[in-house]
Amino acid sequence: MLLTAADDTFRLDANLVDYLLVAMYFAVVIAIGFAARRRVSDSIDFFLSGRSLPAWVTGLAFVSANLGAVEIIGMSANGAQYGLPSMHYFWIGAVPAMLFLGVVMMPFYYGSKVRSVPEFMRRRFGTGAHLVNAISFAVAQVLIAGINLFLLATVVNVLLGWPLWVSLIVAAAVVLSYITLGGLSAAIYNEVLQFFVIVAALVPLTWIGLSKVGGWSGLVDRITESGGSEQLNSWPGSELSGFSSPIWSVVGIVFGLGFVQSFGYWTTNFVEVQRAMATKSMSAARSTPIIASFPKMFIPFVVVIPGMIAGVAVSEVVALKAGEDSGVEYNDAILLLIRDVLPNGLLGVAIAGLLAAFMAGMAANISAFNTVFSYDLWQTYIKKDRPDGYYLAVGRWATLGATVIAIGTALIAAGFSNLMDYLQTLFGFFNAPLFATFILGMFWKRMTPTAGWVGLVAGTLSAIVVFVANQVGVFTLPGQGAAFVAAGTAFVVDIVVSVAVTMVTQPKPVSELAGLVYSETPKEVRTDPDAHRLPWYQSPTKLAGIALVMVVALNVIFD
Amino acid sequence: MSEQNKHTAGAFDVRNVIAALIGAYGVVLVLMGLFHDTAEEAERTGGLAANLWAGIGMLVFAAAFALWARLRPVVVDPPSRSADAED
Repeated sequence: MLLTAADDTFRLDANLVDYLLVAMYFAVVIAIGFAARRRVSDSIDFFLSGRSLPAWVTGLAFVSANLGAVEIIGMSANGAQYGLPSMHYFWIGAVPAMLFLGVVMMPFYYGSKVRSVPEFMRRRFGTGAHLVNAISFAVAQVLIAGINLFLLATVVNVLLGWPLWVSLIVAAAVVLSYITLGGLSAAIYNEVLQFFVIVAALVPLTWIGLSKVGGWSGLVDRITESGGSEQLNSWPGSELSGFSSPIWSVVGIVFGLGFVQSFGYWTTNFVEVQRAMATKSMSAARSTPIIASFPKMFIPFVVVIPGMIAGVAVSEVVALKAGEDSGVEYNDAILLLIRDVLPNGLLGVAIAGLLAAFMAGMAANISAFNTVFSYDLWQTYIKKDRPDGYYLAVGRWATLGATVIAIGTALIAAGFSNLMDYLQTLFGFFNAPLFATFILGMFWKRMTPTAGWVGLVAGTLSAIVVFVANQVGVFTLPGQGAAFVAAGTAFVVDIVVSVAVTMVTQPKPVSELAGLVYSETPKEVRTDPDAHRLPWYQSPTKLAGIALVMVVALNVIFD
Repeated sequence: MSEQNKHTAGAFDVRNVIAALIGAYGVVLVLMGLFHDTAEEAERTGGLAANLWAGIGMLVFAAAFALWARLRPVVVDPPSRSADAED
């Protein structure tokens, strides 16, 4: 687990100026909450930002919602351990799925006017699939928020020396106050701000780190010297995937990571899709993930590369790579690099950036949770037909409840860190079958409501079976291979079961599928009537084409 | 609501908020770079005047964002569906 070494290994000598920079960040965060509050008048404002935000704002929020603790700590750890193959998590494992979401799937989400991803599920497949999706999503979000909160408090505890429980409560109170005050608008505006603070922290870190190891060529030389030349090519990435055959490694990365895992995550995860639903037009909604794909392509340069630098320049990490027990883990790589190279001043920016990243993750989880809880669970199954203000109040109470549960989860995580790692992996398995069910349901009008929930349950269970089989040693895949295989199995099982069940059950009447299934949706509903008047930089399909060319070029340059 | 149609978001435009925070960071870093113990800084960074240059970079970025917000202001939405004021 993260940061297990003696405290003073990691303690940063932050001074007054560093604290000042951190305090400035928090002051602005709270101010945004109050400013956004003035505009929250009904529940659509609170949950979907009144569907009014411009695409570049939601696009950056889309990136930021994912740029949390797990991403920064985890991907720099991958950089230190595996080197350039970690780039696949961005170029293969994110960008294609984000483009697919914008080009193919967003028209159904935005055009059908649903308020959440589970609500789409309910209208397409009815109660069974909806309950499976809404409950598993809500539970997962609260627990993941707890994990984010725990990581945040741990870092504050170790870096600055605050007691764990103080950091927990302070961090939770900050997130709680700005979401309760301003709802999704406050969360989104803060995510945009966080994006820039995180970049302002990571770019100088990468720059100073690279300069210390003698630039890019110096880094390449030192990695080659230490016998890690395969870490300098992104393909075939055998160490990463755990498949020793290069061909199977490429297949595993492209199909397992690139197709099933990442399409499952990016296209069905309401935490992400919610950001696009907050826009003012169909074109802006479709552009959200596509605009997000541009920064996403370049984030690995300031996350994975610092990890690689730590792998050759931070003595503890160098020892770890040589197989010695140096008392640190790969997850500590970026923190150790910060400790070693940042002077007071930039150190404060980096601490603010890390805290920002951790809060971004938690705020995204909680703002997605309160929408699903209020609309999908409370309004649908518990108290129907109340006035709008009632659901706004439910949303605020749900936020409070989720934060309290997250603190509880964080305290449990403090005791059982391995348990939380497993839980997080398990939640990943909900995504792969969801993608299979959505994509079948969107393009095959015959697919029945029963097939919807049976396919989901069967797919998820099959992923869990594969995961457990690997854990107990029925077969063994090192690296990330087991997760890729589990996701792939879930996808195939979901498709097969859904088709089989559809053959023997009753489909929904075609009249109920308008806006939900491709063949039954009139063109006006799934396209933007003003699309032809937009310049190229606002056209989702043209932007997606540019992004695709760029990501292919990156893969070729760093092959 | 019609009298509000032309209101711009002004200080509440998120670009101005970003410019203000990053700009303030830039000022603090430039001051640190100029007046703080630079020997200790050089030892960590391997000789780079990192605070100074990062601070200057942030000031340039902040100025660009403030300029963008000034040139293409956000018009606060009138209640009806309006043309996109953003670029």
